[in-house]
Amino acid sequence: MASQHHSLPDRDISEALGERIRRADAEGTPLRIVGGDTKAFHGRPVAGEPLSTREHCGITRYDPVELIVSVRAGTPLAELEACLDEQGQRLPFEPPHFGDTATVGGMVATGLSGPRRPWAGSVRDFVLGIRLIDRHGASLRFGGEVMKNVAGYDLSRLMVGAQGSLGLLAEVSLKVLPKPAAQHSLRLEMPLAEARRRLVEWGQKPLPITAATWFDGALHIRLEGGPGSVEATGQRLGGDTLDDAFWSALREQRLDVFTRQGDPRPLWRLSLPQQAGAPELEDVDETAMLHDWAGAQRWLHSAAPDEAVHDEAVRLGGHATRWTTSTGSPFTPLSPVLAKYHRRLKAELDPNGIFNPGRLYAEL
Amino acid sequence: MNLLFDERLDGELPRRDKAEVLAELQTALPGMTLLHREEDLRPFECDGLAAYRVLPMLVALPSDLDQVVTLMRRCHELGVPVVTRGAGTGLSGGALPLERGVLLVMSRFQRILSIDPEARIARVQPGVRNLAISEAAAPHGLYYAPDPSSQIACSIGGNVAENAGGVHCLKYGLTVHNVLALEIVTLEGERMRLGGEALDAPGFDLLALFNGSEGMLGVVTEVTVKLLPKPETAKVLMASFDDVGKAGQAVGDIIAAGIVPGGLEMMDNLAIRAAEDFIHAGYPVEAEAILLCELDGVEADVDDDVDTVRGVLESAGATDIRLARDEAERARFWSGRKNAFPAVGRISPDYYCMDGTIPRRALPEVLGTIAALSTEYDLRVANVFHAGDGNMHPLILFDANREGELERAEALGGRILEACVAAGGSITGEHGVGREKINQMCVQFPTGELTTFHAVKAAFDPVGLLNPGKNIPTLARCAEFGAMHVHHGELPHPELPRF
Ligand SMILES: Cc1cc2nc3c(=O)[nH]c(=O)nc-3n(C[C@H](O)[C@H](O)[C@H](O)COP(=O)(O)OP(=O)(O)OC[C@H]3O[C@@H](n4cnc5c(N)ncnc54)[C@H](O)[C@@H]3O)c2cc1C
Repeated sequence: MASQHHSLPDRDISEALGERIRRADAEGTPLRIVGGDTKAFHGRPVAGEPLSTREHCGITRYDPVELIVSVRAGTPLAELEACLDEQGQRLPFEPPHFGDTATVGGMVATGLSGPRRPWAGSVRDFVLGIRLIDRHGASLRFGGEVMKNVAGYDLSRLMVGAQGSLGLLAEVSLKVLPKPAAQHSLRLEMPLAEARRRLVEWGQKPLPITAATWFDGALHIRLEGGPGSVEATGQRLGGDTLDDAFWSALREQRLDVFTRQGDPRPLWRLSLPQQAGAPELEDVDETAMLHDWAGAQRWLHSAAPDEAVHDEAVRLGGHATRWTTSTGSPFTPLSPVLAKYHRRLKAELDPNGIFNPGRLYAEL
Repeated sequence: MNLLFDERLDGELPRRDKAEVLAELQTALPGMTLLHREEDLRPFECDGLAAYRVLPMLVALPSDLDQVVTLMRRCHELGVPVVTRGAGTGLSGGALPLERGVLLVMSRFQRILSIDPEARIARVQPGVRNLAISEAAAPHGLYYAPDPSSQIACSIGGNVAENAGGVHCLKYGLTVHNVLALEIVTLEGERMRLGGEALDAPGFDLLALFNGSEGMLGVVTEVTVKLLPKPETAKVLMASFDDVGKAGQAVGDIIAAGIVPGGLEMMDNLAIRAAEDFIHAGYPVEAEAILLCELDGVEADVDDDVDTVRGVLESAGATDIRLARDEAERARFWSGRKNAFPAVGRISPDYYCMDGTIPRRALPEVLGTIAALSTEYDLRVANVFHAGDGNMHPLILFDANREGELERAEALGGRILEACVAAGGSITGEHGVGREKINQMCVQFPTGELTTFHAVKAAFDPVGLLNPGKNIPTLARCAEFGAMHVHHGELPHPELPRF
């Protein structure tokens, strides 16, 4: 079934992409894979010939009854979402766009998920299959357009968040879900400690919560589900009604806490166990941070040396990502044994180092 | 083609003197149980795919992590292959031993290390039974979602290695969606932690890669899983149909109505009768097919959904629709489904369970193909499915004591899997490739994909000592299989030399 969405361009340039890659591999020329180039900040700068996926676009199959969509990597994320929306469906992991040109390939390669992540799952949880262009320029199919498939290793999910350093994603098949019948958002003024207590209590109950963010002295909650449960839970939790637009502002990092004009300190993302205590960094006050994902994702500004922030995140049971560009790796260093198997995997799949070399870590 | 390890096709296996290996390991691991006498090895000669049996050279039963580390290190140094085994309920021969290998049995790792109700996570050893986790979490109103039908027996380590599913996976995901972290011991005896209690980890998603890797990349020594709050309510509808195709159509209609059921299962007449005879679940034995549709969540929503689904089922031509009146009846409805395999085991001396997946829309068509094949091979097939996920479990009934029936059952099974691939599906949805579907992998994957799989394997096991011969066929095997198996006049892997 070709795309029925005539407004969307439908172009398959996988042969040309494959040829470019095959040549680059033969010559040992590093490539910098570029989608919409909106997440370039998320990772180390790559010195390589740009290889754009933008022309490789279009929805190759979308059957709402199957809850599966297959889409070429260069397709603008916004277009995919609009197409799903027409059918009352969506990408449950609520990916950030960070710009109008963000592509589906960039979404998968960076693996970033939005506010719904702790309840719905992450990008990788919804990836069912991929077409990968390997270093020989061959288009390989892993996973597929079925909900369950355990034949062979899960290369599809391995590529999520790999930042294009193991191959080029040409196409992905994603599980989609129907949008819920009802949605309602709340703002509850309360101190952080109280919010944390409440979130633990609510987390143990089957409530229709699909986002929970504390900042600026208040807990922001989103409820999604059937009209009955959303209304009943809304009444039970109380608070003021919150405009649903809040969640896209949060996801796209348009809130003040992210942009913070005039604050020269780098922005950091801490991914921690929900219950983890406060990071001990000299210039960081816990109440000035944004606590998303019910506490499992925290955003802060700090001038502390990168190493200190990484160490602190590891001490708390998680890891950190420096969100403001610098020359080093923004990602927490891997343990020696993990680093060894990362290097081996890279050496097996990209021995000539042509796919985004150094994007994740200098040695990859 | 025999499924037992074949050096000509699967690659050479190192030859080590049993007495020497035994002496070496006894010296290195004086405190570890190491079985070597034939009568002690016998209970480990097969997993759930009992048609294939091999006595391992030795069986190691470590009881602590240090022993696993030392064992792996020594086996690596000695060049002895290692096959890991959990509870041995696997249906694809993934834990089938090697005559020249050590079988590493993880069944003594039985401890639930911690349940943290506030963080909603459980940290457990790999030998813990799937159901034991939910039982331990129950006092806190929590449970572990993936529920394979074998959950009273199978181990969580085996679940991770197979990426096991269950009847509630449509809504709550497979094992890979519910595991937060793994402790691994590598072939070289290193300890490695994948994932963590945070929701993501830096670097490649090795956690996802290890789920479903069938003991080929490392030994799982600890598992951290996510626990979910028990739904406030769960209701199950049972719909009868006079036609399997109509039931298949109804599955799609339910999804199209915007409903994501907690479980959506289908059984055909043969399976219904077998289950009813065994469990007395109250199934309509005259129906051609039944659908079990569970709706769970908050009371008000579930009631709305029950009404919607009822309407959909009526329009789809259901001849009877029953809502389980109470918890006891709900449990009974499910019990029939969960015991479908052993139930079929009662009506036939042997049965062979397939595990193909297909896009849901292909359900009626593939069911038709299976019926035709059943006639062609003159063997009965009972159908049980995770219908919501498009995961079929055709059960082929046969009698191994009758000359040629096992071979016919296997040939029929192979054809069914090929029909799944042709419909755009996969040869396995949850039971894994193991040894059983090693040849069908050649049907599903061309050379480039297989080569990539071997490359991934080589990153963790360059010398091929972890579970050799399972999961990914050699190109030599595919060439031979292809030669026997010409499709539409086209030889798969024409580029490879034939043997
Ligand atoms: C009646 C019946 C019903 C079943 N129903 C289902 C079902 O609904 N859904 C489903 O998904 N499966 C089902 N199964 C299949 C089986 O129970 C699962 O595959 C299960 O996950 C296997 O677990 P196990 O502990 O028995 O593993 P084993 O059979 O011992 O091993 C399976 C594989 O895992 C590897 N392995 C085991 N432990 C480890 C470890 N610690 N580290 C590394 N590798 C390891 C082995 O090497 C092997 O490759 C069923 C089986 C039976 C007999």
